[in-house]
Amino acid sequence: MTAPTRISPPPNNTRRRILGMIAAAPLLLPMMGLSRQSRPAARPILSSGEPLPLVGLGSWITFNVGNDQAARDASAEVMRNFFQAGGRLIDSSPMYGSSQEVIGYGLKKLGRPADLFAADKVWISDGDEGRAQMEASRRHWGIPRFDLMQVHNLLSWQAHLPTLFAMKAGGQLRYVGITTSHGRRHGEMEQIMKAEALDFIQLSYNLYDREAEQRLLPLALERGIAVIVNRPFQQGALLPRLARHPLPPWAAEIDCSSWAQFALKFIISHPAVTCAIPATTRIAHVVENMAAAAGRLPDKAMRARMAAFVDNL
Amino acid sequence: MTEWWSYSLRDLLMFSPHTYYRLFELYNIELWPLQLIALALGGSVFLLWRHRSDMAARAIAAILALCWLWVAWAYHWQRYATISLAADYYALAFALEALLLLWLGVLRGRLTFAPAGSVRQRFGLLLFLLALLCFPLIGPLQGRSWLQAEIFGVAPDPTALATLGILLFSGVRPVWWLFPIPAIWCLVSGATLWALDAPDFMITPLLALLTIDLMIVNGSLKHRTSTH
Repeated sequence: MTAPTRISPPPNNTRRRILGMIAAAPLLLPMMGLSRQSRPAARPILSSGEPLPLVGLGSWITFNVGNDQAARDASAEVMRNFFQAGGRLIDSSPMYGSSQEVIGYGLKKLGRPADLFAADKVWISDGDEGRAQMEASRRHWGIPRFDLMQVHNLLSWQAHLPTLFAMKAGGQLRYVGITTSHGRRHGEMEQIMKAEALDFIQLSYNLYDREAEQRLLPLALERGIAVIVNRPFQQGALLPRLARHPLPPWAAEIDCSSWAQFALKFIISHPAVTCAIPATTRIAHVVENMAAAAGRLPDKAMRARMAAFVDNL
Repeated sequence: MTEWWSYSLRDLLMFSPHTYYRLFELYNIELWPLQLIALALGGSVFLLWRHRSDMAARAIAAILALCWLWVAWAYHWQRYATISLAADYYALAFALEALLLLWLGVLRGRLTFAPAGSVRQRFGLLLFLLALLCFPLIGPLQGRSWLQAEIFGVAPDPTALATLGILLFSGVRPVWWLFPIPAIWCLVSGATLWALDAPDFMITPLLALLTIDLMIVNGSLKHRTSTH
């Protein structure tokens, strides 16, 4: 795989514009007519300025329930509570088994919210088959078009990105992105971020896996690329690890009532992060996750304190 | 998937334990009372083995082939494939084993049976009875519903283990071509259960490895005996 060499300027952005948008982000709540207590805070997608709630909904494992009708209904209830709490972005992939169909089932049952932000991925080696796979995904969701289409795990990104940019130009999707997970291939992702006019990247970032802070998150800010964070709870491994210890009393200063909120607030308070996408099967967890984006968020000093605290556990 | 070798098994697991066991529950509910027929087929394999005629051996191979074909279609293809991207390949492997049983066991009559005299044959018989009678109890003994029981001829693990048992207690010449798919399945299933944090993840692969060990030891002993 050859590293890209073409360096393009940030798409329609200057650093000042980006930083101005981030600074104005708290204003988005009153602009949206939402109360700080009940609705999740939003941050702008840097390439467009469109606000996006800081917490979305992932579907890896949790929504892969096959034809189990009771589990499909339970997934739809998770979606209902997610939307009721002000959520917009749902993320899936053809790699996630029946998750796309289950999301489609939920959207049909609940009625598709007007402000749904549908994010999916193309995951196929053959670039020529990308369009057919994306069309199949769209049918599973039962939506007219995706808002965001990402190249999953950078698989054949050289073949897929031109297709995605052409689809964006043709109005078949609104944003283009690339993804990685588990901290893999950050070097290659960095090169693509420098070379291509991406709207989004998606990567793993959490209290323990903080490698992205070194290069990718600053680069995303610099290039005006929105960031979706996957594996915020290390696929369930992080919270049991933290649950062995009491939540520090100072967590109340940032409106944390649980370790899950502590972990999520750490992620979404990073200025480069646009949205974290925890996946869950439980309504109580959706409500708790969305509440993490509704209260006070840690500042830089508090984030450092949170990281140091967890490192010393 | 790029750099697939750098992923752990748990990273590749794409469903939850709840979803996995619910699959068996819904499968059993839809199939009932076919499980009784499957168990009866298992019982008839035992009776046919005691008969030890050529026709009985061919009938055993036919029953096993039917079970493998059923699991390929009804479990892997129809149900497991709804939550696992690999299930289509498992279905093909199970169908291939069914064809091998039909070809080698039914048509060519390569499956022959002897009295359970050697350690290998006694272990084979024990393995077959464990798969038939004890395997369905594993889930309920761990607190899971009886509806999630895995039954010979219906679910893949007891079908694979019972087949390995039958192959072990077969006669003088083992039919080597029939071993790889059930043995590999047992390892795959054990890996899946390990990724699901199931406490019983060791059972199936351990029994399969014991089978392979017995076959290799038996084979080499025979080879040594025949060369002296």
